Amino acid sequence: MSAITTSELVTNAAGRRVPTVVNGREQIAYTGVNGHRPSGNKYGPPIRTNSDYPANGDKRVPDLATALRLCGLHDGMTISSHHHLRNGDRVALTALQTAAGMGAKDLVWFPSASFPCHEPVIDLMKSGAVHHIEGSMNGPLGDYCSHGQMRGLGVLRSHGGRWQAVQDGEVRIDIAVIAAPTADFFGNADGSHGKSACGSLGFALTDSVYADRVIVVTDNLVPFPCIPCQIQGNNIDYVVEVESIGDPAKIVSGTTQITRSPDRLRISELVARFLRDSGIMRNGFSFQAGAGGIALAFVDHLARMMKEANVKASFVRGGSTKYLVDMLKNGQTCFILDGQTFDLDAVRSIASDPRHVPTSPFTSYNFHGKGNFASIVDACVLGATEVDLNFNANVVTHSDGRLLHGIGGWQNCLFAGCTILAVPSFRDRIPVIVDEVTTITGPGELIDVIATERGIAINPKRQDLLDAVKGKGLPIRTIEAIKAEVEQICGGQPAKPRLGDRPVAVVKWVDGTVLDTVWQVLDDNPYAAKVAGGE
Amino acid sequence: MPAAAEASQLKRGEAGRAGGDVRSDLHVSVEERASGGVEIELRSRVALYYGDNIRQQVRDVLHALGVEHTFVGIVDEGALPFVIAARVEAAVRRAGLGNQKSALPEALPLPAISARDRLRRSRLYLPGNEPKYFVNAGLHGPDAVILDLEDSVHHAEKDAARLLVRNALRAVDFGAAERMVRINQLPLGMADLEEIVPQSPDLILVPKVETAAQMVEVSDAITRSAKQSGVTRPICQMPILESALGIENAFAIATASERIAGITIGLEDYTADLGVVKTATGNESLFARMRVVNAAHAAHVQAIDSVYGDVADMEGLLRWGEAARAMGFEGMGCIHPMQIEIIHRAFAPSPAELEKALKIVAAYEDAQARGLGVVSLGSKMIDAPVVQRALKLVERAREMGLGPGEASSAGGGEA
Repeated sequence: MSAITTSELVTNAAGRRVPTVVNGREQIAYTGVNGHRPSGNKYGPPIRTNSDYPANGDKRVPDLATALRLCGLHDGMTISSHHHLRNGDRVALTALQTAAGMGAKDLVWFPSASFPCHEPVIDLMKSGAVHHIEGSMNGPLGDYCSHGQMRGLGVLRSHGGRWQAVQDGEVRIDIAVIAAPTADFFGNADGSHGKSACGSLGFALTDSVYADRVIVVTDNLVPFPCIPCQIQGNNIDYVVEVESIGDPAKIVSGTTQITRSPDRLRISELVARFLRDSGIMRNGFSFQAGAGGIALAFVDHLARMMKEANVKASFVRGGSTKYLVDMLKNGQTCFILDGQTFDLDAVRSIASDPRHVPTSPFTSYNFHGKGNFASIVDACVLGATEVDLNFNANVVTHSDGRLLHGIGGWQNCLFAGCTILAVPSFRDRIPVIVDEVTTITGPGELIDVIATERGIAINPKRQDLLDAVKGKGLPIRTIEAIKAEVEQICGGQPAKPRLGDRPVAVVKWVDGTVLDTVWQVLDDNPYAAKVAGGE
Repeated sequence: MPAAAEASQLKRGEAGRAGGDVRSDLHVSVEERASGGVEIELRSRVALYYGDNIRQQVRDVLHALGVEHTFVGIVDEGALPFVIAARVEAAVRRAGLGNQKSALPEALPLPAISARDRLRRSRLYLPGNEPKYFVNAGLHGPDAVILDLEDSVHHAEKDAARLLVRNALRAVDFGAAERMVRINQLPLGMADLEEIVPQSPDLILVPKVETAAQMVEVSDAITRSAKQSGVTRPICQMPILESALGIENAFAIATASERIAGITIGLEDYTADLGVVKTATGNESLFARMRVVNAAHAAHVQAIDSVYGDVADMEGLLRWGEAARAMGFEGMGCIHPMQIEIIHRAFAPSPAELEKALKIVAAYEDAQARGLGVVSLGSKMIDAPVVQRALKLVERAREMGLGPGEASSAGGGEA
């Protein structure tokens, strides 16, 4: 509690009030895009000596409790986990519950993302075993935090920001627990094979390198050497073999279905036409799109337009799905650079096609890297919960202030050559374009295009894009015009929900500075909570 | 017991739908009160944003309907204001409350008057009691929307759908789409006309028409209702022929009223009437469809084909549409917005066709300018009917947004 009550608030470069101290650590307020230039050396994990490890390479221990004990588990430690098993993950919760069972208190959970399957962590927070979460929170975890029930402040970071926080030493991981669909006794681990195959293990790479102690948990132990391997055994302390690391049906979706919603299909087609008609879609270009309904349909439309125009991409960035895999197979892209592997077709592809390459947030997004992939990408298609007239966007909270989504790679992707937010202009009756977003997650200067079913708004800063699509028959409108039309349809501007003056979480920018504060939710709407989440 | 007995005599009514899978609608229940004014109990997905707005709107609607004392329970799934007004009015009417007046939402300016022979390639059906499909329908670029009060609306919901469609005609911007309403079969359709005609729909679709007299009856009812409500804009009619008898009477029906802009066919009911299976190739309905085409052309109105029922089969839809165009139809119905672009492609002239027509038109204009009676292209003389067909094709192509060299990229018109 003390961290919350004693912290002062300052106004940052985005005009937002943010705390100067978060969970006992001093913070730097956001100073603008590319405004922050840290110096000094990166954090280094403790020195280890190979002679302290078994000469025969066999690092197996009987169970997770033994591994945690050997890692020196004690109160207040930071334990990390990763979300490549998505909603099928059994390892993160088991690790925290095991630690709690061993009597550990006040742990900090540092996941790369949380999912609905992690809801029981609420019980661990109530019992005192877990102090707070530094990572994305949504669903029940998001509500718990939003209502101010968590003891510490939530810290929301992008995938790249998570790597930055570790390299800066802002977050020191005491024990990393890596769920591995395949591993050998030395700790070499891979995600593309095994009954729980999930594709890329990129999110775990940073923890394997920087954590004090690293445990690999696998349900598919193979003889040394595990080839291919994405996680190097030389970074691993202990290996635990278990019956099952997750539910395969929830790790990957069997087949990824494109939306049939006519409005979403229209948005996705408008985005594809925008890329085509603006000239961004040309031989050798690159793009990134996620696995949401609109993004998938966008890829489908774009692939058709690329075929019609005989255009080939140099690479595409995943979140990979069947639709990107089809493009690879059809010769429409030379490579898939994959951060996360969503469906069975994509898992099979990453396991068998050398042009389908796993990547990590280090290569793709890291602020402390010597460059990153995200800014090489020509176009990126993302979602948002709210956008304001200055093109600032929100992706973490709902308009009522409740935590709704993690940041994921969203902030990092804003550095693409052309960033397009593909959003419906209103959801139910709630307008998406607002005067001021509830929580700034992305600064408008990095957001180029808002594509809605009622038209496409281009950021006035991008005169080049405005010129490129002039006379091409696209419904280009000002963001103000779309907003006014939606407010006419919805019966006026929505009222602003009342938020408390107590911070419950902070949103970090990619450089580790504090971009915005998530405030305690006061007005509860149980009926909305019951039915929300149909996105 | 006395209290319960007294309560049971209070007038009650409900309308609309709510629940986990419902969006953009609401459930309203009203219960008469002897005194105490209006009490509203509201549960809404959007209560934080529009709770006060909804309460005020409900009070305004009740006031317009002359209801002073009542309890109103609302479960709202994010319904837009025109839907809220329609559902409250339906609940009040069902309860037998109020002064029998209407609570009309503010009307948008009416779109341009719809020409009788306008482009009608695609007509998008919208189930009349499903408000979530209304508001974005025009964005998908159909030539027309059909607000349907007939087959897509359950018998018990006809009254509520009628009010919803009425309000939509006032409050929803359907863009460049012609605003059609499919009424119920007579006599129920007469009650539909009473609510609908005062809102200036562009065209009334009349289902299961078998005789010319039915079209005259509808036409007279439109005239009466338009006169009463001061509507001066033209309102067209389109009969749907859905039985063997209707097909036999096609020409008489097509010429029954000046209002008739086109005739169309409903193949589900027609094949059922014949007792045959409706197939993908449609051989069983070939005569009926050709009969419609011939009667329409004889009557100088448009021939419009049925719908293509398999939403997943875009190639089948394209083939069907191309065949329909080749038979002489000018358009067809659609049951999903994804079908619109395919249908527009099917009914567009091919690049070669358009190019040839443009040459003929150029030769015709050249001959006109030089005062020549005979049009010739190279060494060939062009007959007058060929010139007429080319002129019409070029004019239609222009309406479709096609010019020289653009015929292959026919798409929905963007605003």
